Amino acid sequence: MQTQAANTAKSQGFPVIFELDIFEGPLGVLLQLIRKQEIDIYDIPIERITAQYLSFLDLMKETNVSIAGEYLVMAATLIYIKSRMLLPVDPSAEEDQEEDPRFELVTQLLEYEQFKKAAGMLHDRQVIEDSVWVRGQNEFEEEEQDAVDATVYDLVQAFHDIVERARDRIALRVVPESVTLEDKLLELRDMFTIHREMLFSAFVSQGLPRLHLIVTFIALLELARLNEVSLFQDPERRDIRIAVC
Amino acid sequence: MLSGTLQNQLLAILFSASEPVRLSQFEAIFPDTEPDDLKSALEELITAFNSMQRAVEIRKIAGGYRLSTLPEQHEVLMDYLKSKPSARLTQAALETLAVIAYKQPVTSPEISEIRGIKGSSTLKTLLEKKLIEIRGRKKVIGRPILYGTSQEFLIHFGLNDLSELPSLEEFEEIVSEGDLLQPGSGPESSSGRPSREVLREVKNQDV
Repeated sequence: MQTQAANTAKSQGFPVIFELDIFEGPLGVLLQLIRKQEIDIYDIPIERITAQYLSFLDLMKETNVSIAGEYLVMAATLIYIKSRMLLPVDPSAEEDQEEDPRFELVTQLLEYEQFKKAAGMLHDRQVIEDSVWVRGQNEFEEEEQDAVDATVYDLVQAFHDIVERARDRIALRVVPESVTLEDKLLELRDMFTIHREMLFSAFVSQGLPRLHLIVTFIALLELARLNEVSLFQDPERRDIRIAVC
Repeated sequence: MLSGTLQNQLLAILFSASEPVRLSQFEAIFPDTEPDDLKSALEELITAFNSMQRAVEIRKIAGGYRLSTLPEQHEVLMDYLKSKPSARLTQAALETLAVIAYKQPVTSPEISEIRGIKGSSTLKTLLEKKLIEIRGRKKVIGRPILYGTSQEFLIHFGLNDLSELPSLEEFEEIVSEGDLLQPGSGPESSSGRPSREVLREVKNQDV
């Protein structure tokens, strides 16, 4: 689980190589970049951090690690802040009113860092509690073994249940109905021995699946080609009349 | 002398129990004893028993009392019993738990906002491990589920109640001092088992 990624970002003339934990999330990655370079979090060099963050994402793509959407949102946020920092300060606005574009991100980072430290505290407590033994703890294992300690009857019953469940699943599977042109031609020829004349809408009203209608239509064209039937377009009723030749 | 008998009876119950025993449970067993007397007998027992400084101590855990070994005895117990059921949590799970512990009751979107990443599978894992529980739904659009820590959370992290957790502000101070590499401040610095010294330090803080 401890997969780490080295991040090589060239900034200010020297290459920086970091071990970044990809499971940290975008805030975690940013925080690592800031803390490992001992950057003042209240005055983040946004251009440098953005470049490093983006090269980290590139590296992730190169190593075929699928990047969660949150990482891209953070990239967009960083670029947005960078662009806002490039804008000249509005001279008409009072100094106090001009909010640093980095403010919101820094607040978020600091809050996240607090909880990251709280998580570290929980981790430490967990390690200690893991070394503490209480009565009955070593009996857990035996309980687990009980579950495996089954009779032949239990196994047969379990097998039966699994097969039953599998059968239910098969029953739910939708089998696509297939129809061939030959089948349809035979079917239609049978039909035309009884009905000398038909409307195509009669097939539609039978509620046949779409595939059946298409094959029926192709079959009718085939029969027309073979001069077995004649097709007439009825302009008023917007239907196709089929007459046996 | 009578009080000594009662203390021994209490100790016998603690010895036999695998779960923390609550005061209300003791009250049910000793209906003729005043609850206040029962409580003071327990306190006296704890003081007397723990002052012996043997391998076992009585701790207040999750609102109850429980007999457990000191962390120092871990290695010898591992040699004797070979294995111990352990439920170590991942970094993501710990972070999520930290947010829930300090912000409870809290919804999944609120947790994601602080962590900067979605973690619905982490919540599911924590629910399965019974470390968190559902506390109803928030009365906002969508009525998202509210999560809080459970009794099992207190047991897992060796806490009597949530007030024993250090306040969030304490972590803030460390942040502003830039004192990131303080031992035991993060999971990276304590990937292995902490040394006995560190353990004792934390133990002392507990008392």
